[in-house]
Amino acid sequence: MSPVTAGVLQLLALIAALALAYRPLGDYMARVYSSEKHYGPEKWIYKAVGANPSAEMRWPAYLRGVLAFSAVSVLFLYALQRAQGILPGSLGFSAIDPDQAFNTAASFVANTNWQSYYGEQAMGHVVQTGGLAVQNFVSAAVGMAVAVALVRGFARSRTGELGNFWADLVRGTVRILLPISVIGAIVLVACGAIQNFAGIHEVGQFMGGTQQWNGGAVASQEVIKELGTNGGGYFNANSAHPFENPTPFSNLFEIFLILLIPFAMTRTFGRMVGNLRQGYAILATMGVIWVGFTALMMWTEFAHHGPALQAAGGAMEGKETRFGIGASAIFSVATTLTSTGAVNSFHSSYTGLGGGIQLLGMQLGEIAPGGVGSGLYGMLIMAIIAVFIAGLMVGRTPEYLGKKISTREIKLAACYILITPALVLCFTAAAMALPTPGDSMANPGAHGFSEILYAYTSGANNNGSAFAGLNADTQWFNSTIGIAMLLGRFLPMVFVLALAGSLAEQKPVPETAGTLRTDKPLYAGLLVGTILIITGLTYFPALALGPLAEGLAS
Amino acid sequence: MSTITPTRAPHEDQPTGHKPAAGRVGGGLFDPKALLRSFPDAVRKLDPRIMVKSPVMFVVLVGSVVTTFLAVSDPTDWFGWAITAWLWLTTVFANLAEAVAEGRGKAQADTLRKAKTDTVARRLAQDGKSEEQVPGTDLGIGDLVVCEAGDIIPGDGDVIEGVASVDESAITGESAPVIRESGGDRSAVTGGTKVLSDRIVVKITTKPGETFIDRMIALVEGAARQKTPNEIALNILLASLTIVFLLAVVTLQPFAIYADAKQSMIVLTALLVCLIPTTIGALLSAIGIAGMDRLVQRNVLAMSGRAVEAAGDVSTLLLDKTGTITLGNRQASEFVAVKGTTAAELADAAQLSSLADETPEGRSIVVLAKEKYGLRERHQGELARATWVAFTAQTRMSGVDVDGRKTRKGAAGSVIAWVTERGGQVAADADVLADRISEAGGTPLLVAVEDEKGARILGVIHLKDVVKEGMRERFDELRRMGIKTVMITGDNPLTAKAIAEEAGVDDFLAEATPEDKMALIKREQAGGKLVAMTGDGTNDAPALAQADVGVAMNTGTSAAKEAGNMVDLDSNPTKLIEIVEIGKQLLITRGALTTFSIANDVAKYFAIIPAMFAVVYPGLDKLNVMGLHSPNSAILSAVVFNALIIIALVPLALKGVQYKPTSADRMLRRNLGIYGLGGLIAPFIGIKLIDMLITLIPGIG
Repeated sequence: MSPVTAGVLQLLALIAALALAYRPLGDYMARVYSSEKHYGPEKWIYKAVGANPSAEMRWPAYLRGVLAFSAVSVLFLYALQRAQGILPGSLGFSAIDPDQAFNTAASFVANTNWQSYYGEQAMGHVVQTGGLAVQNFVSAAVGMAVAVALVRGFARSRTGELGNFWADLVRGTVRILLPISVIGAIVLVACGAIQNFAGIHEVGQFMGGTQQWNGGAVASQEVIKELGTNGGGYFNANSAHPFENPTPFSNLFEIFLILLIPFAMTRTFGRMVGNLRQGYAILATMGVIWVGFTALMMWTEFAHHGPALQAAGGAMEGKETRFGIGASAIFSVATTLTSTGAVNSFHSSYTGLGGGIQLLGMQLGEIAPGGVGSGLYGMLIMAIIAVFIAGLMVGRTPEYLGKKISTREIKLAACYILITPALVLCFTAAAMALPTPGDSMANPGAHGFSEILYAYTSGANNNGSAFAGLNADTQWFNSTIGIAMLLGRFLPMVFVLALAGSLAEQKPVPETAGTLRTDKPLYAGLLVGTILIITGLTYFPALALGPLAEGLAS
Repeated sequence: MSTITPTRAPHEDQPTGHKPAAGRVGGGLFDPKALLRSFPDAVRKLDPRIMVKSPVMFVVLVGSVVTTFLAVSDPTDWFGWAITAWLWLTTVFANLAEAVAEGRGKAQADTLRKAKTDTVARRLAQDGKSEEQVPGTDLGIGDLVVCEAGDIIPGDGDVIEGVASVDESAITGESAPVIRESGGDRSAVTGGTKVLSDRIVVKITTKPGETFIDRMIALVEGAARQKTPNEIALNILLASLTIVFLLAVVTLQPFAIYADAKQSMIVLTALLVCLIPTTIGALLSAIGIAGMDRLVQRNVLAMSGRAVEAAGDVSTLLLDKTGTITLGNRQASEFVAVKGTTAAELADAAQLSSLADETPEGRSIVVLAKEKYGLRERHQGELARATWVAFTAQTRMSGVDVDGRKTRKGAAGSVIAWVTERGGQVAADADVLADRISEAGGTPLLVAVEDEKGARILGVIHLKDVVKEGMRERFDELRRMGIKTVMITGDNPLTAKAIAEEAGVDDFLAEATPEDKMALIKREQAGGKLVAMTGDGTNDAPALAQADVGVAMNTGTSAAKEAGNMVDLDSNPTKLIEIVEIGKQLLITRGALTTFSIANDVAKYFAIIPAMFAVVYPGLDKLNVMGLHSPNSAILSAVVFNALIIIALVPLALKGVQYKPTSADRMLRRNLGIYGLGGLIAPFIGIKLIDMLITLIPGIG
C-alpha cells in the first residue's frame, strides 16, 4: 500500500468514526446542558463553591462567573508552579521562574497550552497532574459553557437568562469530559501509553551514554489534552513522544479525540435550538474546510519537490516514521483547525506551503471545527457576519435562527472578529520591530519570520502548538504571548456572552418564504467563502512574507 | 341606487396590476450629465467634518492628504503623483455619488419652495366675525383662517366650516381639483395649495416651519435624512473591516523591513485604500438617498428612512378591499332569469330600466347587456313619450314607463313591494336566485315589468365587486416573498370570503371596525411580524400609528397623515405593494454592493502583493496571475480600478439592483452569483485592462 493510499484510508476511517459518534454524543450533550437534575457529587461541588446551580444568570452574571473562575485558576496555577520547589512529588524540580510561570498559567487556563518549558525537565507530578491536567478539564468546560450560553441565546426569547455558569462548568466536566477521558485513557494505556507515578529512570542508550526517562500519569493527561483541545504535552516532544502516542492506532485515536466534541457540538446546537438542519449546515461548513485543508496538506507534503524528499516519499523531515506523512498531515491539520496545539510532528519542518496551511488554519479563528465550545461560538459569530451580508441581499433585515441581526449584534460580532487579528498582527509587528525578540529565531529569512508569526498566531488564537525553532522562553515572549493568550481567550468571550444576552432578549421573527434559509448548502457555501475571504484578506500580506515566500520559492 | 359614492380622488384608476417588466421597481433615470453638474458639490463635500461621517472614505481622504505631501516632497516621482491624483479622484468620486443622488431631490425641492411663497393669512378674531391680515408665518396652532377662491391656504389644517374645491397640484402634481369639506375624512388641507372656489374656514394644526410642505422639502433634499438601523449596522461592519485592513497594512512595514523590502508610504497607502471597502463606503449614502428618492418619484413621502427599511421587512400587508383589491364599484356580472323568462328578455328589461340610473352600477348593467347580449345602448332621447324614473335613495329603484309597459329594477325589497302593490305574482324562484347571489358575495338586483300580462319579476342581476386585474398574480408573488396579505372590508363575512377567495388573499377581516384592525395589527406584531397598512380616516389613525409601515392617503385627514409614517400623494392604496418592493430593493442594493466590494479585494492582493515583494522573494511573482507589466503599473492599475469602479457603479446605486419578487433562496442565489462571483472575477479583468492601457503611456513601465 502506498503512503498516499494509507493516508487517505486513515482519513476515511477517521470520518467514519466521527460520524458514528456524532449523533449519540451530540444528543447526549444537549441533554446534559438541558437537564434539570443535579447528581450527588455535583451537589457537593456546588455546596463547596457556594453556588446555586438552579439560578438563572443574565449575561453579566454569567461573564462574572467565567472571569472569576478563570482568574482564580490563573492565580492557583501560578502559585503551584512557584511553590514547586517545596512541594512533595516534584521529582526534585525547582520553582518555575515568574515570567514562565505566568506564561504557563495563562496558557493552560486560556485552553491554549503553549509551552515555553520542557515538561520532562521542569514539571513534577503535582504540577503536571494536580495543576495542568485539572486545567485541561476545566478550561475546556469553560469554553463549552460559553458556547452553550450562546446557543441558549438563540434558543430562548423574551428573557435575558442564559443558564447557570457553575452548573454548565461542572456538568461539562463531570458528565462529558470525565467519562470519555476514563475510557480514552484505558484505550491509550492498552496501546502502550504510560500511566504511573514513577520517578526518573536512567536508561542506557544503544550507542552508549545514558538518557533520563520520566514516569508520570501520562495516558490520563494525554486523553484530556486531545479531548479538551488543550494540547499541552506531558513531554516536550508532545504526541510525537512514544510514551504519549505509541502506535499508528493511538495516533488515529488521538486525532479522533481532538475532533470528537467540536464536531458533535453542532448536533448539540441543532438540538438545543430545535432545528437539527441548522446544526448540519454548521457541521457542513466546518467539514468542508477541514477536509479541504487536510487534502491540501497531504498534497503539499506528499508532492514536495527535491530529490532527497522524493526518495523518502515526500517531506519526512520532522515527522515520525511510525506515523508517516499521511497521519502526520491529518494530525497537524486537526490540531491547528481546532485550538488543540498538540503535535505529532514538527510544524517547522513542513514544506513552506504546509506551514502556511497550519498558520491559516489557526488564523481562521479555529472554527473548523475549532476548540471545544470556542469552535462553535467562533463559527456562529462568522455565521452572523455572513447572514448579515447575505440577508441584505434578500431584501430583509438580516436574521439568524429567528433573531434579528441589527446594530447591537453586528457591533458585538465586529468586535469579536477584530480581537485576534489585532493581537496577532500588533504583537508580531512589535516583535519584528524591536531589536531583541528577533534573536530568538532559529532560522533567517522568511522561515524565521514564520516562527514569530506562528508564535503569536498560536497564542492569540489559543492553539498552543509551536513552529519549533523559536526560543520562546524569554521574558519578552513569555509575557507578550501570555497576554495574547489571555486577551485572545477572554475578550471574545465577553462579546459572545453580551451577544447571547442580546439575542435571548429578542422576540423571535417567524420564518417565511422571504427568510434567508440558513440550513441550505447555498448558505453553507457562502459561510465558507466569507470565512476564507475575510481571514485571507486580513493575513495575506503577512503570509506572503512567511510561508508563501518560502513555499513558492522552489 | 348607488349606496357607495366614490370616496377616493378622481384619479384612482391608474394601472395597478402588472406593469410591463420595465416598470417594476425600476429606477429613476440616470443622466450622465448629472455627474458633471454635481461636481462642484462633490468638491465642497471634501470638508473633513463632512467626510468623517463615512469612516471608510475618511481614511481615503487622510491617505490622499498623506500622499500629496509625499508627492510634493519628491516632485520628480511620477508614480507618487499618479497615485495621489487617483486617490483624490477616489474621494471625489465617492462625494460625487452622494451629490448626484441629492441633486435629484433638489429640483423637486425648488418646485415645492415656489408653492411656499409668503402668504398673507386672513385670521378670524375671537368673536368669529372680524378678520385681520397676518403673515402666514405668524400663525399658531388653533388659529382660524378664512380662505376664499383664489387664496393660497396659509398652513396645514382642517376645514371646520364650508366646502371648497382645492388645487393641490403644487404637492401632488395632479391638476384635477379635489373637494375639501368640513367634517368627515376629507377635511384636511395642506398649506401652499390653492382654493379654487367657495369659502372655507380652516383651523391651523401645525406650526409654521413644520408644515407638510416644509417637511417635504427637507425630505427630498435629504437634509432630514438620518441613518437607518441597517445602514448603521453596515457602517459598523465596514468600519471594523477598515480597522482590520489598517492593522494589516500598518504592521506590514516591520515585516517588510525584516524581509529587506521596505515599502514607501505611497505604496502602503495605495494598498490600504485598495483593501478597505471603498466601493460600498463611497456608495452607501447615495444608495440610501436614492431609495428615498425612488419613493418620492412614486409620489410617496416617507417621513423616516426607518419606515422604508421596515417596508422591506414587512410580513403582513393589510389591504383595504375597496380601491386596492376591487375596483371600488360593484358591477353587473350576470343576468339570471326566473323560470319562463329568457335571458335576452331579462337583459333587455334590465338595460331599459337602467338607462335612467347614472350610478356606476347602473351603467355597468347597460354595458353588460350590450356586451353580452348585443343590445345596443339606447339613449333616453330615443324613446318618445317615455317617462323616466330616476334612481333615488328613497325608492331604491329606477326604470321607465313607455308604451304602457313599465320596467323597474332595484333592490330586492323595493321591487317585490312594487310588484305585489300592482297585484303581480312574485316568481317562486326569484328569492332563491337572490339568496344564491348573496351567498356568493354578490348583490342581487331584481328586474320587474308590468304590461298586459300583469306585474311580474323577470329575473335577477348579479352585481359583484370586481377584483382588479392581475391582483391574484400579485398576491401569489407576495406569498412567494413570504408576505401574508389580509383584506380589510366592511362587508359581511360571507361577501368578504367570496371576494377574498377570488382575489387570492391569504386572510380577510370582515365587518372591520378600527378596533378590529388595531387588534389584528397587535396580534401579528406579537408574533414578531411587521405590519404595513394604508388608511385615510381619522379612525384609522391609531392603527396607522401602531403599524410598522403606515401609509396615509393624501386625501385623508390630517390626523391620519400625522399618525402614518408615509404619505401617498396619489392616494392610491395599491401602492403599498410597491413600497414594500422599494424597501426590499434598497436593502438588496446595499448587500449586493457590500458583497461586490469585499470580493473585489482578492484580485487587488494578487496585483499589489507580488508588486511589493517579488523583488526580494522572486517566488511571489507566481502570484502575479494577471501578468501585470511592472510593480508600479500593477499598483497604479489597482488604484485606478478602485476609483473607476465607484463611478461605474453610481448608476446602479441610484437605480437600485434589479428586483424581481421571488423566494429568498432564489434571490440569494442570483445576487450571490452576480455580485459575489462577479465581484471576484471583474477586477482581475479590469485591472489587467487598465495595466495594458497604462503601459501604453510613454515613460511608464
